[in-house]
Formats: sequence, C-alpha cells, structure tokens
Amino acid sequence: MRVFNSSSVSWRQLKDRAFFIAVCTLSLVMAIPLVAIIGEVIQKGYKQINLQFFTEVAPSTLDAMLAREAGGVIPGGIVNGIIGTLLMVGAAALIAIPVGIMGGVYLAEKPKAIFSIIVKFLTDLIQGTPSIIVGIIAYTVIVVPLGSYSAIAGSIALSIMMLPLIVRSTEETLKMLPTTLKEAGLALGASYTNVVLKVLLPSAFSGLFTGILLATSRVLGETAPLMMTALGSSTISWNLENPASAVPLLIWEFYNDPNLIDLIWSSSLFLLLLILIFNFIAKYIVERSSK
Amino acid sequence: MKDNNILKLKDVSISYVPGKNAVNKVCAEIKENSITAIMGPSGCGKSTLLRAINRMHELYPDINISGEIILRDQNILKMNPIKVRRMAGMVFQRPNPFPTMSIYNNVLAGYKLNGIKLPKAEKDQIVEECLRSVGLWDEVKESLNKKGTFLSGGQQQRLCIARALALKPDILLMDEPTSALDPIATNRIEELLLEIKKHLTIVIVTHNMSQAARISDYSMFMYLGELVEYDKTELMFTNPSDKRTEQYLNGQFG
Repeated sequence: MRVFNSSSVSWRQLKDRAFFIAVCTLSLVMAIPLVAIIGEVIQKGYKQINLQFFTEVAPSTLDAMLAREAGGVIPGGIVNGIIGTLLMVGAAALIAIPVGIMGGVYLAEKPKAIFSIIVKFLTDLIQGTPSIIVGIIAYTVIVVPLGSYSAIAGSIALSIMMLPLIVRSTEETLKMLPTTLKEAGLALGASYTNVVLKVLLPSAFSGLFTGILLATSRVLGETAPLMMTALGSSTISWNLENPASAVPLLIWEFYNDPNLIDLIWSSSLFLLLLILIFNFIAKYIVERSSK
Repeated sequence: MKDNNILKLKDVSISYVPGKNAVNKVCAEIKENSITAIMGPSGCGKSTLLRAINRMHELYPDINISGEIILRDQNILKMNPIKVRRMAGMVFQRPNPFPTMSIYNNVLAGYKLNGIKLPKAEKDQIVEECLRSVGLWDEVKESLNKKGTFLSGGQQQRLCIARALALKPDILLMDEPTSALDPIATNRIEELLLEIKKHLTIVIVTHNMSQAARISDYSMFMYLGELVEYDKTELMFTNPSDKRTEQYLNGQFG
C-alpha cells in the first residue's frame, strides 16, 4: 500500500470542501435573479389581478389615465390577449405536434439517409433562428399573400418555432427505446404503421410529452413573431383569419403606453402562472402515465 | 407425398455484406412437434438463420437472403412478411413485453397490433389459455391489469411466450430465450417447452449445450455459417460424426 502523507490528504479534503461551497454559492447566484423577478412581478402585479382582469379586454389609454388620476386600479383586463394566446398556441400545437412527431419518427428510423441528415441540419438551423426572423418569414410568406395580418399567420410562425423541439425530442426518445421492442411488434405480424403507432410512440409517451411541453412553454411567451403576423387586437377575436392579440403582445403594448404601463406586472404574473400551471399538469400526466 | 417435415431449408444463404455469407447454403428439414436446437460458437450464423425464418431481416435492407425456406408447403421468402410472422412466432433473447400494455393486453398484443377485434369472452379465454400454457396464470390472474414490466425477468419471458402462442403459430422460433435468466427461471421455461411441443414445433438457438441436450429432439451444429451436422440430439451428443462437432461439444472451442 502506498502511504500518503497526512498533510496532502487534508489539503485534498480542503479542496473538496471549497469546491462544494463554490457549487452551492454559484447555484445560489443563479437563483437570485429568478427569485428577484418573481418577487417583483408578484409584488407589483397582484393588485391588478381581479375578476375583471380575466373577463374584460385591455382598457383604452383614456380610461386608464382617468382611473390613475382618481388613484384607483386601472380598469379592464387582458381577456383579448388570453384568448388570442390560447387560440394561437393551440392552433400552433395542432400543426406542430403531428408534423414534429412524424419528422422525429423518420429521423429515428432512417438516421443515415441523406434526406434525414438534411432535415436534422435544417431543424437545428430553425432552432437557432432568432424568433423575429421567423416572424419576418411568416410575414412575407403568409401575411403578404393573404393581404392581412391574421391569427393563423401567428399560429404558423409559432408552430415553426415549436417544430425543432418536438422533432428532436421525438427522435431522441425513440432512439432510446430498445430495438427489441420494434422487433417484438413486427414478430407478431404487425404492420410497420401499427408498430410505430401502437408500440413505439406509446412507449415514448413521456419523452414526447416533455418535448411538446417545452415547445409550448417556449412559444407561450413569444412576442416578436406575433408582432409581424397576428399584429394585435383590442377586441376578442375567435376567428383565425382576423388579427389577434396575445398576452406577450399586450405586455409590449402596455410597456409603450405610459398610462397602461402598470399593467405589465399583472400580465407578466399571469403569463408566469400560466406556464407554471402548464408545467404542473404536464408533470402530473407524465407521472401518471409511467405508473 | 406426406412427410412430417414442417419446415424445409433449401440452400439458404444469408449475407450482411455482398459476397460474404454469414449463413452458407444450409439445407435441413425440421420435423413437426419436435424441438430442434441450433448450437454453435458466437458468430456462426445461428441467430441469423433463425431470424430468416420469420423474415426479421426485412428490417435491415442490406441483408440478402437466397435459397428457399418452405413452411407448410409455402416458400416464405416469397410470401407477405406479415403472414409469415403470424405463422412463425418469435421469442427473443431478452424478455420484451410491451411496457405500455397490461399483462392482459400483452397476451393479446398480436391481435391488437393487427387490428383484429375479438369479443370480450373470447379475449378472456385466449388470455387464460395462453397464460395457463406457460404456467403463469396462477401467478398473475389477480393482477392482469398491471403492466407487463411489473413481472420478474423469468415471468416476463413466459409472458412473451404466451404472447407468441396467442396467435397460434405453426412454429415457434426462440433466440437464446433463457440466456438472460437465472437457473430457476431457465428450468421453468425448459419444462414449459417440453409441454408445448406437443402442439407446436420449436426451433431454439442456444449457447448452452446442456440445454440443447436436455430439451431438444434434434440438434444442428453450425460453424462459420455452415451447417456442420444435423442429427438426433442423442446421436450427436454421444457419437458426433464430424470432428468439429466433437471438438465443440468437448469444449475445445466456442
């Protein structure tokens, strides 16, 4: 046995200790801005949150100014934004989920095909594309030919942003499944389609779901692509062909209006809570499915 | 002409790389209601040969098969692979029940995945019958709705056998089905195979010579892609006709 001299051992223990303390400190440093943002948003935003906030559309500058001068809370709410966000993100998910999953299945099944390599490269490229550029593309390809801003153009822009996350998470999850699972399905005489739909995708459910969740959370807060496609709307719009508002768009509009600026806090709080609730529901579903 | 050979292999060659046969011109006839063991050292082509019988190689386009494989008077290499696989069930090296399905649905997976709808009574009957035939019924009848992956390794493998039996195949192909199991689970599966061969033909690839000796009626010995010897198991183990078989059985290579 080799004998260590005891001073070198205690020096190493000391280094271990220092490293551990550094890890703890740095994770704390990372948590500070997050906690500060949430604290600020809650502190400044909670006053505005009442029933009206969820049932009325965004107030006009004049109403807000009068209310402020009278010292009360700003009237109105953000329901036009909430409905626009849910509608557009919902439609974007309807487009991106099937396309993304099928794309992911293809990439996992034919990893060496030339087409697959091209698709992978393009997916990575879209993932790295700034969202404002996706907005510009959607503007030139959809808004200009259609002749007007519309919620559907916003949905398509958002679905483009969702695609890479869904494609890659589907691909990664399917690759982790053992090949024997696919062989077991085929050995029972099942068609390839049925093996994919009834064996592989259900087995990959939690991974797929996590990917979809990440993608959805990401686009819930997207603003730039919507500015150029959905534009915004001061009324509730259920029609996908009309311009629509969205919560992040409203935050931007409030920010630019000195009379409405106080509303950014409550809107941000709402958006944070929405994403949080979304995450909790998703975690719950994933946990239940894995039982 | 009526013989009791259910499966005939005629000059079967299989290559992964063009010009290099992993299985080279194998000819053999397999008797109905028997257990035939395929033995040989690693890489001798025994799994490759077995997987050709239910067209598993279709998954990998580089693999090339020539010759004829005749199952019940039909050349399976010319049939629709989906039909072939319903006639030839397969059990794999590692137990692979479908993780999202209950025990009950795992047994019925062959029907479900083929889109065949059965009345509830018939489903119940198939599940009970198949689980009984693999000796699993008494162990799991209270927990049919639990996931298949909840069972132990040996139980999972028996569930996989039940899943294959549910489709009433003509032949059951087994690719080292006990190599991932402990001796007790292995023993149970061996007993089970001796029981089900009364209704079914079994071809089993095994690394384990004593397993082949214990359960098989006929044995094949393959070496470097060739079928070196194929005979009744007792004869092959007591009096092998080829020197290489003798050396393998004595443990001189493998």
